[in-house]
Order: sequence, then C-alpha cells, then structure tokens
Amino acid sequence: MWTFFHKLGSPPWLYAIAGAILRWLVPITLVALVGGMVWGLLLTSPDFRQGNSYRIIYIHVPAAVVALAGYYVMAIAGAISLIWRMKMADVVMKAAAPVGAALTFIALLTGAIWGKPTWGTWWVWDARITSMLILLFLYLGVVALYEAFDNKEAAGKACAVLSLVGMVNIPIIYKSVDWWYSLHQPASIKFSGESTIDPSMLYPLLLMIAAFYALFTCCLLMNMRAELLQRESRTQWVKKIAGKEGRR
Amino acid sequence: MSAPHTGQFCALLLRRQLLLAMRRPIEMGNPLLFFTMVIVLFPLGLGPAPDKLAIFAPGVLWITALLSNLLTSDAVFRSDFDDGSLEQLVLAPQPLFLSALAYILAHWLTTGLLLALVSPIFALMLNLPVSALGTLIVSLLLGTAVLSLLGGIGAALTVGLKRGGVLISLLILPLYLPVLIFGTAAVQAAVTGTPSGPYLAILGAMLSLAIALAPLAIAAGLRISIDA
Amino acid sequence: MSSSAAGAPLLAAQSLSLVRGGRELFCELSVEVHGGQLWQIEGSNGAGKTSLMRILCGLSRYGFEGEVLRSVTPLYLGHQPAVKALLSPRENLQWHVSGEGLYSNEQIDTALARVGLCGYEDVPSHTLSAGQHRRVNLARLFLSEARLWLLDEPFTAIDKQGVDETQALLASHVDGGGAVVMTSHQPLQVTCNVHTLNLVHGVVS
Repeated sequence: MWTFFHKLGSPPWLYAIAGAILRWLVPITLVALVGGMVWGLLLTSPDFRQGNSYRIIYIHVPAAVVALAGYYVMAIAGAISLIWRMKMADVVMKAAAPVGAALTFIALLTGAIWGKPTWGTWWVWDARITSMLILLFLYLGVVALYEAFDNKEAAGKACAVLSLVGMVNIPIIYKSVDWWYSLHQPASIKFSGESTIDPSMLYPLLLMIAAFYALFTCCLLMNMRAELLQRESRTQWVKKIAGKEGRR
Repeated sequence: MSAPHTGQFCALLLRRQLLLAMRRPIEMGNPLLFFTMVIVLFPLGLGPAPDKLAIFAPGVLWITALLSNLLTSDAVFRSDFDDGSLEQLVLAPQPLFLSALAYILAHWLTTGLLLALVSPIFALMLNLPVSALGTLIVSLLLGTAVLSLLGGIGAALTVGLKRGGVLISLLILPLYLPVLIFGTAAVQAAVTGTPSGPYLAILGAMLSLAIALAPLAIAAGLRISIDA
Repeated sequence: MSSSAAGAPLLAAQSLSLVRGGRELFCELSVEVHGGQLWQIEGSNGAGKTSLMRILCGLSRYGFEGEVLRSVTPLYLGHQPAVKALLSPRENLQWHVSGEGLYSNEQIDTALARVGLCGYEDVPSHTLSAGQHRRVNLARLFLSEARLWLLDEPFTAIDKQGVDETQALLASHVDGGGAVVMTSHQPLQVTCNVHTLNLVHGVVS
C-alpha cells in the first residue's frame, strides 16, 4: 500500500503508468463515444413531444454530469495536495480544471441549442442552466488563479484552497439556485421533470455518460502527462524521453 | 513582558485595525459613497416611476451592497502585505485563523455594519415600504458578514498578486450568490407581507458555517500568499 | 562546523536544497545554530540569502528539499519594516502583529530611546524617514525576549552610528546565550566570534 503511494509521488512512474492506461483507454473511449452516438442519434425513436431535437441530451446530459464530477475530482486532488503535500495531486488538479471547464461550456452550449426548439429561446434562467453557468465561473476562477501566480507550487496550493472552498459551496449554491428558481418560476415554462425516460432512450444515454467519463479520464491523463513533462523538463528522465521522441 | 494570550491578541488586532480605519476616515466613507452612487444609477437607468422602483428595490439594494463589499475586500490584507506586517502576523505564535477572524470582524464593522445602518435612507429613496426596513437591516447585517468572510478568502489568496483586483471578483462573486438570493428574498417577503424569518434564519445558518470554515481557508490562503 | 556550545541547537537545518528558476541556489546545506553563536550568511545578490532566511524562519514551507527544526520561537526581521505609517512608533510596538509580548510604555520608551527615536514616540510614522522606520523595527530587538534572532539585512538604510550600536547589541545578545543568524553585505565588527556561512563555497567557520 505504502509503496503504491510512494510510486504515485514519482513523476516518471506516473508518466509511464498514465501512458499505459491511455493506450487502452483511448480506443475504448472512441468505441463507446461512436457507439453511443450512433445508438442515440440514429437508432432510437424520436420523442413524441420534442421530436428529434431531444437527441441533444446524448451530449448535453453526459457533459453536465461529468463536468460536476470533474469539480469534485479537482477538489479532492486539491485536498490531497494540501493534507499530504503530494505534488502529483497538484498535477491532477491543474490538469482537471481546463477539461472540466470545457465540459461545462459544452453543457451550456448544447443546453442553449436545445432551448431554442424546446422553449423558443436561446437562454432561459432555468435553475440547472444557471447552476452550470456558476460552475463554469468556479472552474474559470481556478484556472485564472493558477495562471496569476508566477510560483507554480504556490499556484497549486492556492488553487487547492479555492477548489475546496468551491466544493463546500457547490451544494449551497445549487440548493439556493434551485430554490430561487422555484420562487420565480414562470408558469409557462415547465421543465419535463415528472416525465420518465423510456428504457430505449435511457440505455444509450447511460453508455454516453460512461463514454464521457472515459473521455474525461483520457483528457485528464493526457493533460497530466504534458504538465509532468513541463514541470520536470530539467530532469534526466524527461531529457531521455525527449531524446527518444526526437530520434523517431 | 508577557506574551498576550490568544483572546488578548485578537482584541489587540481588532483595536489596531479599527484605529487604522479611523485614521483614514475617507477609506471608510468610500464604500458608502460608492453605495450611494450606484443606487442613484438605477432610477436613472430604469426610469423614475415609484412603483417600478419599489419592485426592484430589494434586488438593487442587495446587489449594490454586494458590489461595495467586493470593492473593499481586496484591501483587507493588502497594506499589511506591502509593509511586511503580514509576514510577522503569519510567524506570530498565535493561531492564524483567529487573527484572520479579527481582521474580518474589523472589516465588517467598518463596511457591512455601516452599510446596513445607512441602508434605510436609500431604501426610502427607492420607495421600499417602511414595513420592510427592519428586515432589510437585519438581512444586511447577517449577509454582509458572510460576504466579508468569503471576501477574506479571495483577498488572502490574491494578496500576493500585483493584479489581484479583478481576479478577486472572479473568485468570490460565484460564492456570493446564495447570500444575494436569500438576502433579496428576505426583503421581498417583508414587502409582500409574508414571514421573512425563515430567510433570515438561512442567512444566519450561512453565517455560522462561514464563521466556522472561512477563517481556516483565509489562514491557509495567507500562508500560501506569503510563501509565493 | 563548530559545535562548541553544549545542548540542543536552537535551530537546525538538515540538508537544505533549493532550486529557483532552474538554478541551484544551495544544495545539501546543513547548519546547527546554538546559543552563544552569531552566524553571518554571505553571498552575492541573488545567491539565495533571503530565500534561506525565509526557509529558516518558517515563512517558506515548500519548494525546497530538507528539514528545519526550531526549538524556540525566533524573532524574524525581514526586508520590510512592518511599520504602519498611520500609527505612531509607540502604537506600532504596542500593538505589533507579531504578538510577541505586551509591553509597558516605559519599556517601549526605553527601546525607542536606544534606537535614537527619543522624542518621536508619538508622532505619526508617515512623517519619519525610511531609516527611522527601520529603527522602529530594530527597537523590537530591545524588547524581545526571543533567544534566536533571524535578521535579514538589518543594516539597510541605517546610518553608521546606528550600525555600530546594533552590532554592539548583537554581541551582547550572543554573550547572554542568545543566537543570531543574519545576512549582511558589510563585514561585521563585533567583539564576539562570527561564524560565516557562504552560500557559494559552503560553510566556513
């Protein structure tokens, strides 16, 4: 157990193991993504109320789910970095922030595109959309804070504190926004909260959610490898890798 | 000589911060002036119709209070960082999170408290019913204390950065939203005659949570900023 | 390394290494500071003197390899004087954020008189010069009961007479069993033995 932790702290080992995982995970992710999209976009029947426009949930919902999970990945990595002073946790956190921000942005964009045919407007101050927008700000805050520090080690610690503060606040913000929306909800817009989803539509959705988790992990690992190379650019093992790649 | 015990030290810090604020009264007046100016912008932008203003008054008052708090948060630790006092505070053989709490309390006493006390004047100018004034003051008292604590986190994380001023808004405005939502809702409830107690209770709960956790985050942020 | 003084060291640094901007400032640096010793850290600009001082006093907690053990709470004076312009010298010392002690007016007056600020006790500090700000800061040395002093460039902006007086104070602190670690570009003229730590060449006694 302890040797495993010890290895986690070693950049070359982490770099190698991330590479080994990616070799398997990237093909699996691609197959799941393509499979889920073909299933969801082509093979399921159209919704009786929304027609074909509902199919955007196969992008929108997985992006939203994983974007939120990504924040927790980032915050937990931040906690590990603060408590056990593990430098590699900083790398995970730094790598997770832009991926999470991108997924949040995708969720917002697809939400807006979905809103146009469904509600007749690009943007509705719906509780979920508003919460996603705030999540995007929280992600961007972490990214901006990291970039503002010259000392990258201090940047990692500061972002760890900020993401932990964000983690405590996310449930409060979500509940507040939910509650705020129920107070101001106009009668004309009712989100189809009570309608249940048909299994034939649900299974491809679950596949897409799994595929997005895999995609997030792929991006995270790739980002981590890049960050590791940059941080350790003066060490022997990076020079060795650079030399190998250079000869190829 | 005897080293001060923790309570004494916090009282001493509080007194020091308050005295520093008193010696620069204009710094204390600035957020209030800002509050006034922004309030004036709303009738000019939205039109002077009294009934329309009354509808927007709770939101306008709260957004303005939030902005003027944001404006002053950046300065909580700034001058102490610049002249080296913050280094000494971090090294002091005293729990840093309590010292941070003393700083935040001083900040709230010189901004939030004053703002809450003068807010009825502007509420009346915006045509808010007199019956809602009590709720407005209480909600501002509770809410601005939460804002000061959250703002302290942003200030602690950005105090070492030269261009921290804009960054701090990005960091802490999302965290301010629950306070804005429930603060406005409390005043709105008082305007419509429904009980505002539950909203104030939620603001109180937020304040309790913030008092318990924010000082720890501020202390961690200060140590990091000093190190960078 | 000399270990003439008996007992546990007040400050022990074990194999400190620091890399800044790709340059190794010091590597595997070990030093033990005992009561009765005065250490001067030498090195050209950018050699890492201030970085080392900040590691020794505990302000820098990561970004370096190695370990620092402090058996007493040190008194650290950094580059900035930590003097509030809006407070008078007396108030500055009375309510100092270091939380080191509560001092009576007499103690503070004596300390301020020792650094040549007699008559300036109650004027606002913003009317004082930069050198006088540094002197207010140095007055803490007369008040403090800390055994270990960590002083980063204490003579900056201090006139010749002030430097002489401060050096005499350092010597008497060391003679009384205290320890001083300081950085300075000037050679020290003190009565006690000076240990030198040169950041370029390693430890020289």
